Amino acid sequence: MSGPSSLARRRFLTGGAAVGAGALLAACTSNESPQSAPQAVAGAAGQNAQPGKHVTIGFSAPAADHGWMAAMTKNARAQAGQFSDVTFTATEGTNDVNQQIAQVETLINQKVDVLVILPFDGKALTAAGQAATDRGIPVVNVDRVFDTPLAYRTWIGGDNYRMGVNAGNYIAGELKKKGVSNPVIGEVAGIDSLPLTKERSQGFRDALAKNGFTVGPRVSAQFTPESGEQMTSNLLQSASKLDALWNHDDDQGIGVLAAIDNARRNDFFMVGGAGSRNMMDLIKADSGVMKATVLYSPSMASSAIALARLLGQAKGIGDLAEHEIPANVTTFSAVVTKENVDSYADVAFDS
Amino acid sequence: MTKDPSSVLPEATQAPPPRAAPPAAKAPRGRFPVDARLAGLFGVFVLLCLVGWLTRPDAFFTEGNLSTVLRLAAAIGVVSVGMTFVIISGGIDLSVGSMVALSSVWMTTLATQSFGPVVMVVCALAVGLVCGLINGVLVSYGRVVPFIATLAMYASARGLAERISGRNTQVVRQADFLAFFRGDFLGIPVLIWMFALVFVVGWILLNRTTFGRRTFAVGGNTEAARLAGINVKRHTALVYGVAGLCCGIAAIMVVARTTSGASTNGLYYELDAIAAVVIGGTLLSGGRGTLIGTLIGVLIFTVLGNIFTLNNLDTDIQNIAKGAIIVLAVLLQFRTNRARKST
Repeated sequence: MSGPSSLARRRFLTGGAAVGAGALLAACTSNESPQSAPQAVAGAAGQNAQPGKHVTIGFSAPAADHGWMAAMTKNARAQAGQFSDVTFTATEGTNDVNQQIAQVETLINQKVDVLVILPFDGKALTAAGQAATDRGIPVVNVDRVFDTPLAYRTWIGGDNYRMGVNAGNYIAGELKKKGVSNPVIGEVAGIDSLPLTKERSQGFRDALAKNGFTVGPRVSAQFTPESGEQMTSNLLQSASKLDALWNHDDDQGIGVLAAIDNARRNDFFMVGGAGSRNMMDLIKADSGVMKATVLYSPSMASSAIALARLLGQAKGIGDLAEHEIPANVTTFSAVVTKENVDSYADVAFDS
Repeated sequence: MTKDPSSVLPEATQAPPPRAAPPAAKAPRGRFPVDARLAGLFGVFVLLCLVGWLTRPDAFFTEGNLSTVLRLAAAIGVVSVGMTFVIISGGIDLSVGSMVALSSVWMTTLATQSFGPVVMVVCALAVGLVCGLINGVLVSYGRVVPFIATLAMYASARGLAERISGRNTQVVRQADFLAFFRGDFLGIPVLIWMFALVFVVGWILLNRTTFGRRTFAVGGNTEAARLAGINVKRHTALVYGVAGLCCGIAAIMVVARTTSGASTNGLYYELDAIAAVVIGGTLLSGGRGTLIGTLIGVLIFTVLGNIFTLNNLDTDIQNIAKGAIIVLAVLLQFRTNRARKST
């Protein structure tokens, strides 16, 4: 099977969208206890939440080395805690592929009912996923996709291309509303060598092109606040006139905003990416250039646990006609603005 | 009394023992540090500025852009000043980036923000200094090779920064800190003043004090320096302390610039600083070097990044250009060195 990665990302099953939206909606009315602070976690709930057959879920993920990844693990743990019929067995997060393979093997030997794997490297972990599947353990593959669907039962992840598309469409829409012709649209990308950055940029370009616009000044940073500040400082010198700016990542966005503040610029509006709490707070306050952010939400980890439980209990998703859990679930990169920020506050993560 | 009262040396000079001459002679103290190598390097810098001006006449030589370049050069510049001391003394410090990260995280977490800006600043300086001194003590008293001692600090300081911050970005909410360090003084950003101050103090320390002369002596010939009565171990430890203190200062600058402390601050600073010091003409083997060369080295790299962004070019090619400049500058120095030696 060629390019299952792109296939899986692009494929946008109706069922997948329904589950994603359902998870988000359900999360808004989640009965999660408020004392789970400092960071609230996104959770899913529904009719299937009633206790059923007991399920042991094994979980393996990379080290929580930045805010988004930390939120993934927190969300998974919190979601498992919501179910009285789930035992959650998590391994220590690691960025060492060999160690993660060993962890998955350990979980298989412990005879967990379902495995949830967020691989550090999807290709490298494919064999481990395959081994679990061969032993009759369903695997929920999260975000970084395995090389072949033979190695997983269900994949759930984000949609980088659509992140770019939605950012581009939002920016184009706002500019048209203001009646701006020939706008200068800047882009602060993440690490350029990563496929996810390429997909985000491609989606952004394509969406702008469809509206008759192009990307103007573009820099790539390293996903860190410092690199964001540095690259944006230079970018702002380059563009004396700017109408809009898309920054791929809310963590580096702290630096991007610092640079904008330092240059005392307010001639444009900015859209972020991922959906951190900092940025959602700024969007809500509406006191600066920050007007929106495009989600790439770690709530997918919560949904992955919910799916794993249903797989373990051999249930389907109530509202769908399907008897089975869908094979692919792609989360939707919603645009969070001042108008809807309150309904997304629960999926915000601390960067 | 062997001391000549009319000597230009400050009176703190060691009472000259019989064999003091060789190391003292090695230090290029008397010569003002402008020579063929520096002139060549300055030529490269001017050329680069010319390219910037020709490609973006509207944007390059504007007040805003020059101030941006200097502000971005400030943190890595301060780190490079410390690195120059370490390399002249014959060592190397691979941990500068990690020390910046640790200092910045320490000053923004552990509740220091709630104790006000002074505590934050003192905390950053203290953390940098202590880490530097640990490096120095390991190198001098522990006899650990500088490469290894600072490699250990490189790993552990960033690890500690990650642990303290929980890998979260700590946004600075301390208004006084931001107001001061992000502000201007006489129309020039405070960060640029800090950079200038560190540079001038570093230059005086290196070229006009006993401490500087000893640094050259230790790097030029350790044994001769020891025989000349210099406490080589203590001095080496102090030199790494200076580098650590510079990292603390740089951490304040990075936190001010980005309004946040993060364990990812100061990433790759060690490589950038070593590159700047080396193309600035400082010998990696120690004993010779100038801070002016380092300053031009830092500015070359910062201006290069600026020109690339002004012209909307890919950053990949920027790295290739950076590599080419390092090779060119070092080749140039090698040739002028040889030419001078043969005359």
